[in-house]
Amino acid sequence: MARWGMVIDLDRCTACQACVVACQVENNIPVAGQSDSDRGRGISWIRLAPFNEGEHGTRPGLRLVPIPCMHCEKPPCTKVCPVKATSIGKEGIVAQVYARCIGCRYCTTACPYTVRRFNWKLPEWPDPMGEGLSPDVSVRPRGVVEKCSFCHHRLQNARDKAAIEGRALRDGDYMPACVESCPAEAMFFGDLDDPRSVVTRLEAGPRAFRLLEELGTKPKVIYLSKGESGADV
Amino acid sequence: MQTFEANDDGPLLAPIELTSRRFWIFAGALLTIGLWGAFAWWTQLRRGLSVTGLNAPVFWGLYITNFVFFIGISHAGTLISAILRLAHAEWRRSITRAAEVITVLVLFFGMGCVILDLGRPDRVLNVLRSGNFTSPLLWDVTSVACYLTASTIYLFLPLIPDIAILRDRMPSRRWLYRPLALGWTGTEKQVRRLDRAIAVMAVIVIPIAVSVHTVVSWVFAMTVQPMWHSTIFGPYFVVGAIFSGIGAIIIAMAIIRKAYHLEQYLKPIHFNNLGLLLLVMCLLWFYFTFAEFLTTYYGGEPMHMLVFLSKTEGKFSPLFWTMVVTCFVIPFVLLANRRTRTQIWGTVAASISVEIGMWLERFLIVVPSLSNPRIPLTAPSYVPSWVEWSLFAAFVSMFILLYAVFTKFFPIVSIWEIREGREHSVSEVTTRVLSYLPEAANE
Ligand code: SF4
Ligand code: SF4
Repeated sequence: MARWGMVIDLDRCTACQACVVACQVENNIPVAGQSDSDRGRGISWIRLAPFNEGEHGTRPGLRLVPIPCMHCEKPPCTKVCPVKATSIGKEGIVAQVYARCIGCRYCTTACPYTVRRFNWKLPEWPDPMGEGLSPDVSVRPRGVVEKCSFCHHRLQNARDKAAIEGRALRDGDYMPACVESCPAEAMFFGDLDDPRSVVTRLEAGPRAFRLLEELGTKPKVIYLSKGESGADV
Repeated sequence: MQTFEANDDGPLLAPIELTSRRFWIFAGALLTIGLWGAFAWWTQLRRGLSVTGLNAPVFWGLYITNFVFFIGISHAGTLISAILRLAHAEWRRSITRAAEVITVLVLFFGMGCVILDLGRPDRVLNVLRSGNFTSPLLWDVTSVACYLTASTIYLFLPLIPDIAILRDRMPSRRWLYRPLALGWTGTEKQVRRLDRAIAVMAVIVIPIAVSVHTVVSWVFAMTVQPMWHSTIFGPYFVVGAIFSGIGAIIIAMAIIRKAYHLEQYLKPIHFNNLGLLLLVMCLLWFYFTFAEFLTTYYGGEPMHMLVFLSKTEGKFSPLFWTMVVTCFVIPFVLLANRRTRTQIWGTVAASISVEIGMWLERFLIVVPSLSNPRIPLTAPSYVPSWVEWSLFAAFVSMFILLYAVFTKFFPIVSIWEIREGREHSVSEVTTRVLSYLPEAANE
């Protein structure tokens, strides 16, 4: 069985935010207006987090790092959910059941990466965007939590296709919208258990690291550090 | 030996038999605030949690603060009463009831805060339908449910003889008192059984009470978030809970004393003794807070320091230092000083200060950690909205109202326990003290 994971090469990432836009469209993420965004109510499943870089005064700078849900192997978010509305699947994807979530937001506070978002109000889209929603992804009701699903619906489609072709699902059968959209080709996706997959090879490389590794969450989103040229890609 | 005159404890029954105009005005005012809160809640149900000041990453705010605060207040009543009963502290007799009622009533409001905080209150029963026992929230539901049951029984048992007194005195309310009195006639056998039952409940209730606030703290401590993930949180929360709870008892007693003219029953000595307990908790609170902050500071982990500094010198510092002053400096000065502690106003002022301080403490546990996420996320500061403040005010008012209504149906000072004190304990205590002395014969 596959264990899906993502690799983000910070050397290649230009912080263009194409992944963010692709995700909004792909996953029917509502559009927060100016005032809601200003109040910290906007929803996005992948964000570019600003990290201060360099010592103060010597080499000031900001590094923007794309942060989707890490799909932790040991997710702190699923443990705390009082109603099992979020859980980790067999293929390592941390899923969210909107129909069961009671909106207590315990998972949002327990996630060390703060990637979960709450639906403060009913979803809204400016015309005509509301008409072009994807039929594959359910629109979330008010009052529940949502987050990156590694484009679970795409996995579903890939699985169906593999079944029709009478073979097992394998590395390369599907990729999330963000990975597909990245113009700098900084994102990779695949089966971390497949020794021949690109992600497995990159994960083993010297530049690979995980965010907040010390917390023991075992993220399945792996970063390649900046600085050493991308010879190993 | 001192002798006591026969007394029918009329003043204790007066609040039940007579209701003044002042009471109705007071109740009307509280109800108005309650109705305003109902309007605020309706607004929130209609428009969702967008009417709060919450955001990402500050997903929790006033509601959760109040949840912790109310459950904390609930601590003192049953716990203090149980400890005093088991310790045979004779001065407890006139204060246990007033304390126990606080516990039972305020627990509802504590749980109510969690419902207010839910994005989908309509789905709250999912907690029973598909409960997940790895979630500290479920532990909370379980231990609060146990506590509510145990403290209701513990409130009810010592009420039975008093209800029987009322049954015999007030024929117009027989429909209420007769079934509740459970056929109490005060036979020796009944008294013996009741004493046993109360003693058993007093023992059972103590570990449950300790578990409740420990588990509340674990909601935070079980996550890996900076300044939440702390082993000290369990005892720290229990100490804070007893601290704020004793303050609540003192304030409630002062109001009851004034409103119902119970100066003969709630005397400065009662306030003084509770004041001493409050002083002990004040010192314990300081000790825990100091230990917690010093450990964080000395370790100096950047993520923890971010939260630490936002409390001590950043945007939460005005609240933080107000907390230190109101939780420690003011009550310590007032209570360590015999001149102010023996005055009722002294202990009441200290208690009010403690309530403010402990509420701030709860707020400062919830919000600053959330405001400083490990992975940066820009968001505006959390400012509670009018809906959140209104619901807070409404909960406090409705709690006071229910408490006042209770005093209109049941004696807020236990009549039979006062009588028992008068009739038996004086000689009992004398015998007990004599038995401690070297000249007493060994059994
Ligand atoms: S990144 Fe957060 S939301 Fe995603 S699996 Fe880990 S803890 Fe859960
Ligand atoms: S917000 Fe929903 S998914 Fe998150 S912990 Fe609460 S019920 Fe579970």
